[in-house]
Amino acid sequence: MPMMESSNIPSKREIKVPMVRECLDQRGENLHKILKESIAGFSGAEISVSIDMVTLRIDSVDLAEVCELLKYTEKFGFDYLSCITVVDYEEKQEIFEMVYHLVSIRRHHKMAIKVSLPSNDPTVPSVLSIWKSADWFEREAHDLFGIKFGGRENLSPLLLFEEFEGYPGRKSYPFHDYGEW
Amino acid sequence: MQVHQQVSEHSDAIDLMVNMGPQHPSTHGVFRLVIWVDGERIVKVEPHIGYLHRGSEKICESEQYNQIVTLFDRLDYVGNLNSELAFCLAVEKLTETAVPERAEYIRVILCELNRIASHMLFYGVYGLDAGATTPMLYGFRERERVQELFESVTGARMMHNYIRIGGVKEDVPDDFHKNVLALLDHLKGGVDECDSLLSQNEMFLARTKGVGIINGEDALDYGVTGPALRASGVIEDVRVTDPYSIYDRFDFGIPVGSNGDCWDRYYVRVEEMRESIKIVEQAISNIPKGEISAKVRRIIRPPAGEVFVRTESPRGDLGVFLVSDGSDKPYRVKVRPPSFANLQALEHMLEDTYIADAVLVLGSIDIIMGEVDR
Amino acid sequence: MNLPEIIGLFLKASLLLVFILIVVLILTLAERKALARIQQRKGPNRVGFKGILQPFADALKLLTKEDILPASANKRVFWVAPLAVFLPGFLIWVTIPLAKEVVLANLDMGLFYITAISVLSVMGLLMAGWGSANKWAMIGGLRAAGQLISYEIPFIMAILSIGILAQSFNLKEIVDDQARWPFAFKQPLGLFIFLTAGLAELGRTPFDIHHAESEVVGGPFVEYSGAHWSVFYLAEYMNTFTIAVLTALLFLGGWQSPALPFSGTIHTVASLSWFLIKTVLVIWVIFWIRGTYPRLRIDQLMSFGWKILVPASFINIFITASVLYYALPDWVITVVSLGVIGAIFYFIRRGSLSGHNQNTVKIIKTSDIRAQLSNRTEV
Repeated sequence: MPMMESSNIPSKREIKVPMVRECLDQRGENLHKILKESIAGFSGAEISVSIDMVTLRIDSVDLAEVCELLKYTEKFGFDYLSCITVVDYEEKQEIFEMVYHLVSIRRHHKMAIKVSLPSNDPTVPSVLSIWKSADWFEREAHDLFGIKFGGRENLSPLLLFEEFEGYPGRKSYPFHDYGEW
Repeated sequence: MQVHQQVSEHSDAIDLMVNMGPQHPSTHGVFRLVIWVDGERIVKVEPHIGYLHRGSEKICESEQYNQIVTLFDRLDYVGNLNSELAFCLAVEKLTETAVPERAEYIRVILCELNRIASHMLFYGVYGLDAGATTPMLYGFRERERVQELFESVTGARMMHNYIRIGGVKEDVPDDFHKNVLALLDHLKGGVDECDSLLSQNEMFLARTKGVGIINGEDALDYGVTGPALRASGVIEDVRVTDPYSIYDRFDFGIPVGSNGDCWDRYYVRVEEMRESIKIVEQAISNIPKGEISAKVRRIIRPPAGEVFVRTESPRGDLGVFLVSDGSDKPYRVKVRPPSFANLQALEHMLEDTYIADAVLVLGSIDIIMGEVDR
Repeated sequence: MNLPEIIGLFLKASLLLVFILIVVLILTLAERKALARIQQRKGPNRVGFKGILQPFADALKLLTKEDILPASANKRVFWVAPLAVFLPGFLIWVTIPLAKEVVLANLDMGLFYITAISVLSVMGLLMAGWGSANKWAMIGGLRAAGQLISYEIPFIMAILSIGILAQSFNLKEIVDDQARWPFAFKQPLGLFIFLTAGLAELGRTPFDIHHAESEVVGGPFVEYSGAHWSVFYLAEYMNTFTIAVLTALLFLGGWQSPALPFSGTIHTVASLSWFLIKTVLVIWVIFWIRGTYPRLRIDQLMSFGWKILVPASFINIFITASVLYYALPDWVITVVSLGVIGAIFYFIRRGSLSGHNQNTVKIIKTSDIRAQLSNRTEV
């Protein structure tokens, strides 16, 4: 299994930073195996492991298709989208990374999907039609990071107020210039 | 009178839009629910959140790992110890720190007591939502006993900052064992008393049975977790299905409902308190002597990488996603708050209900705005 | 009517008002103490000996508080509403006797007068709800109108059967008629209907839906503060006292007591205290219910009123009238009434009998789940 791509991790200091080890348990191994078989058809898809989490990296165009596969295939059965996270690597690599954490309660699996988006046009297909729980997580990502979601409506501000300008989740947001309202 | 009007889809009648919150006695914090009503019936609802958004996740990026524990206290301010534990587990997993046995036991005891305290608060407030004042006093009486124990152990009643990376802050006081046993005796009677006070009350049944129904499939689709999910009949408890800390050593029960209505969500919590008592009983009788914290550097620099942990907070699946770049501050912290996802299902639960039900349905998913808005 | 008479009447009315005010002050303290007992706490215990001066402190605070008029409120309606709620409740007291000789005006149509006047307070609640220019207040006001008018019917019907039994609408004569047996024995169903409908008229738990704090944030009263709010408060407690007094008068025999060996003023005082004891008993029951029950939803409230209480009250009148017409013994009313009460409780519990109160939560052992988990992963 490949180690986690070190190129993804921007390090502030130039010294060599140790990486986390991977330690998959039995069910992680199982998932890794069946995932490898199913994912072969998608170009650019690669599987890695971060500690005990099987991580699938795919292109953003494939996201909806892969998610449907993962939810509706009996052997995966990822019926529950736990969380959508945006990680801002804008400064180093000019990308935003979307991380979708999935849990399969039916088949007792857990995994993460990663999609990299160019920071000048962070657009990703919405997974709202697959998991309804994506609704607020996507709105939050839109609020705080300015991610655009294709194929869904109502991305009105959720956590911020309507007139707020800028994306305060991003590393580039000028936090110390912010005045009290 | 300024009345915002909207023509409803199903009739020619004009629906009245009312704002429930952000200032409303039963929205449990600063939650705003816009309701369109046709008489007393709810036609449409639209939840608005964000009134308590403090940018906690962003603040975490500029704090050292040890300092972040205090921020997690302030997310779920009723189940603080459980949120602390979630973050500490994430860092420990990242740094591969082995937590001493004694610390693990102390953590479990306190977290389960915290769960009881949180559910007792829910019990009291839920009675109040239903219009009965007495349950609140009984619920708070029991919670107060737990809080007293917390005060003697952690020195604080709410913002404990007690669970630290690698263990706990300090050892428990000498009379801890005795106090916990006495507390458990009290709580057993207390839970039974609370149960008999409200659960089978004819009017309470009439108000909660068959109200705000959500089935297991929909609940999972909306990302509902915790007691609200189990009330819909899905057997899922992170403590058992994806065990963390030392939860795999205890034998207890998972209460599972079948209707997915308000009463089930309420009663799952009541039963959960009884099960938590069982966990604490087992833990307190097996608690070993020894260290209370692993050797952890003063400034923690975990290896670069990512970790996602799931824990079962009193409200559901509390996840923490941590990205480390090898420095002394996390690169990204993401909290997966259970109430946030549970609240999404409110719209579904409120289909075909009355204004009065809105209060009870909202109460039954037991939201804490501190963690919804972060 | 000459001047001295008018002044005398005015003085009497003022005396009555002072009496009511004192009663309300005592009632607020009594309710807080009673609820505290039920809820295992002490209640007010700081102001004065054991908190005995608490009501005065509350009153002082309310009267000195700023009286706020919402910007978009209808000024006249808003300010008049508290009076419109208070006055009907107060006017009732003109004809309520506290003892044989203690009454302002003993009207022959006393009961009729009471029912006619008391309905008017709905108007005040609606005015408060509408005039506040607040949507919650308006919903509350509409709820109040629906609830009060619905429960007026069983309320009046219960009173009517008392009138049939006593052959009079004069409260004094009704009480005199109960010299041997209080009407509670002959009219258990009437007592049940009267108290239940009375609670709904008062808007007290479990029928407090029109000012439900957790739903409509105080309903019609949400925008009121200070002195105007305290008038609503005054009206609520005065009406509680009224209902308790009426229950004592109509069903518990009023000031009728076992033979007292007194005469003259001492007799009046003794019978007055006897009457007050009965009243306090009823008030305690009202407080007790408040400390015990959650509140009903509006549709449940309406269906309880129209489907159970209204038919029951008609049955009550029918039984009473038939027994009197055919000159049957009085115990027939009692027996049939108790049967109807039994039927009502059966109807209420019917849901429970069909498994409505079934415990739908079952506990699954962790060992079972753990054993089953490995099956889930199998491909």
